[in-house]
Amino acid sequence: MLEVRGLSVRVGQRTLFSEVDLDVRLGETVALFGPNGSGKTSLLKTILGLPGFQVVSGSILFKGREITALAAHERAALGMGLAFQHPVTVRGVRLGDLLDTIIEKHGTGASAKDIARLAGLEDFLDRDLNLGFSGGEAKRSELLQLLAQDPCFVMFDEPDSGVDLGSISLVGEIINTLLQKDMRRAERRKAGMIITHAGHILDHVNADRAYVMMDGGILCSGNPLDLLEDIRTRGYKGCMQCAR
Amino acid sequence: MRTLKHEKKAAGALKKPAALGPDIDIGSYGRDAPVHKNIENMDELQPATLERARAVGIEGSDTCRSGSFFQSDHTVMLARSMHEGLELMDIEEAMDTHDWLDDYIWKAVRVDADKYTAEAALRPDHGYFIRALAGARVEMPLQACLYMSGEGLAQNVHNIIIAEEGSELHIITGCTTADGMRGGLHIGVSEFYIKRGARLTFTMIHNWAPDMAVRPRSVAIVEEDGLFLSTYVCMNPVRTLQLYPTAFCTGPGATVRFGSVLVAQEGTSMDVGSKAVLEAPGAKAEIVSRAITRGGEITVRGHLVGQSPGVKGHLECRGLILSDKGTINAVPLLDGKAPEIELSHEAAVGKIAEEELNYLTARGLSPEEATSAIVTGFLDIDMPELPEGLAKEMKKAVRLGDSSAL
Repeated sequence: MLEVRGLSVRVGQRTLFSEVDLDVRLGETVALFGPNGSGKTSLLKTILGLPGFQVVSGSILFKGREITALAAHERAALGMGLAFQHPVTVRGVRLGDLLDTIIEKHGTGASAKDIARLAGLEDFLDRDLNLGFSGGEAKRSELLQLLAQDPCFVMFDEPDSGVDLGSISLVGEIINTLLQKDMRRAERRKAGMIITHAGHILDHVNADRAYVMMDGGILCSGNPLDLLEDIRTRGYKGCMQCAR
Repeated sequence: MRTLKHEKKAAGALKKPAALGPDIDIGSYGRDAPVHKNIENMDELQPATLERARAVGIEGSDTCRSGSFFQSDHTVMLARSMHEGLELMDIEEAMDTHDWLDDYIWKAVRVDADKYTAEAALRPDHGYFIRALAGARVEMPLQACLYMSGEGLAQNVHNIIIAEEGSELHIITGCTTADGMRGGLHIGVSEFYIKRGARLTFTMIHNWAPDMAVRPRSVAIVEEDGLFLSTYVCMNPVRTLQLYPTAFCTGPGATVRFGSVLVAQEGTSMDVGSKAVLEAPGAKAEIVSRAITRGGEITVRGHLVGQSPGVKGHLECRGLILSDKGTINAVPLLDGKAPEIELSHEAAVGKIAEEELNYLTARGLSPEEATSAIVTGFLDIDMPELPEGLAKEMKKAVRLGDSSAL
């Protein structure tokens, strides 16, 4: 579904990462590990086409189509979605109104009230977007907007950070819904990529593969639980040694 | 409104410029107004007139209104109340009907405040008198339209609104010009009296012409436990607009809320303030304004005066600059003159944050749709006491106003 080839990106004069190669296949969930500042969030935002990330070289193919030159809303229309790590507050725009707009725009036919109930946010529809939301509420609001959008390729940027342990299972449930985890892999029409720092979310969402991103590029890939175990025991320094 | 005792004072102020806003040469505007026929119902208005009136919240049918007033230029064409306990008439007729009205004329607004009040006193062109009798609950809104069609004309109206003790009254006033009219001068004096325990909501929508000069002069006196909720919307071109409505909360527990929604196109100059003077214990005030410049100049003022212990007031000015040419000045002012008062303000002026736009485009909204959603949300001020129907009408007017502004 997603093929990233030789992607090098900079912001201003600063190179964020170089020569990134990455694949996410239909039905698959891929985890992305890496220390703070390694460029994971920037990679996701570049894949979605948000402004400010200058592609110096390389390409992004989505469902076989070259999308590197498309704007974010055009990529969203093709079926890409992103749950932000730090959602911004948009005063005056009510969550319910935005959900209605998203549902209408993407023709998903979802019911704002029903999906809000699923995310435990039925009392938040009249609230300004993310204004005064707790960390967990903001994360669920992100997932709720993705439920309205129903993208086929879903990116999650640290969905477990700032979420209390009690809420992580709900976050995991919604991610599983978004990725059609109740279906056999061959039947799914979705794929996903999850950035996780501590890996808590992987207790609730099974990932098929993982990449480690650090030192300005993709360092390695492999089984997510094995990689996570290595990172937990030896730290990212160990990854560097391993790469050498 | 002309009464002998006020004439002398007014004459002395005829050359007195206003404290704010560019000075206007009143003599350059005409006094010979076209005369219009009286009507029995709003649906007798010419379709083009009705269309303009609709844009400022005026309905062509009376079914969802408790009364209708329509003045075109210097002619009161319609003044009809449809609710028991509600008086609605031409102010001239009201002066003949109620001897006691002398006690209300130029009591809240000073006749010699400036040359515009003086002009309205010496050369009055009607206006409306609205009164909810004691205990009357008029839940359906009353509509009043001040319309101008004579090119280069001056229209000086004087309005008196009285909500007697324990009454409830909702007014929507729309002020507009005929399609194709370029300019004129509108002076509107409005004096509001909200008696003990009365609730008055006043929603005013302006839709003027690009060369209009507009000088409303409004003061409200709110007695014990009274509520005055004033919402003002002006989103279309006007050359110069200056107003600074003031409410005096004279009784304990009196509450006032001012809301303003302003959009200035290039060539428009707006100086819009709201002031609340909290004179009695427990009085409360809130002033909220949203200003957008699309190339014009806006000065938004807010002034809270706390004169009695235990009063509370909050002031919120937010401005959005959507053009390289536009300017917004926010001038919040708090005057604390008594112990144990709570007065606060927040003011912010800027452009749309890029990260907000990016966030919405990530959901699939185009940059234009994202901008529109943010602007619509920005202009959406909450007025909790406004009846639901009226609040919807106001929001609709704001949406229409902004799309036509675009």
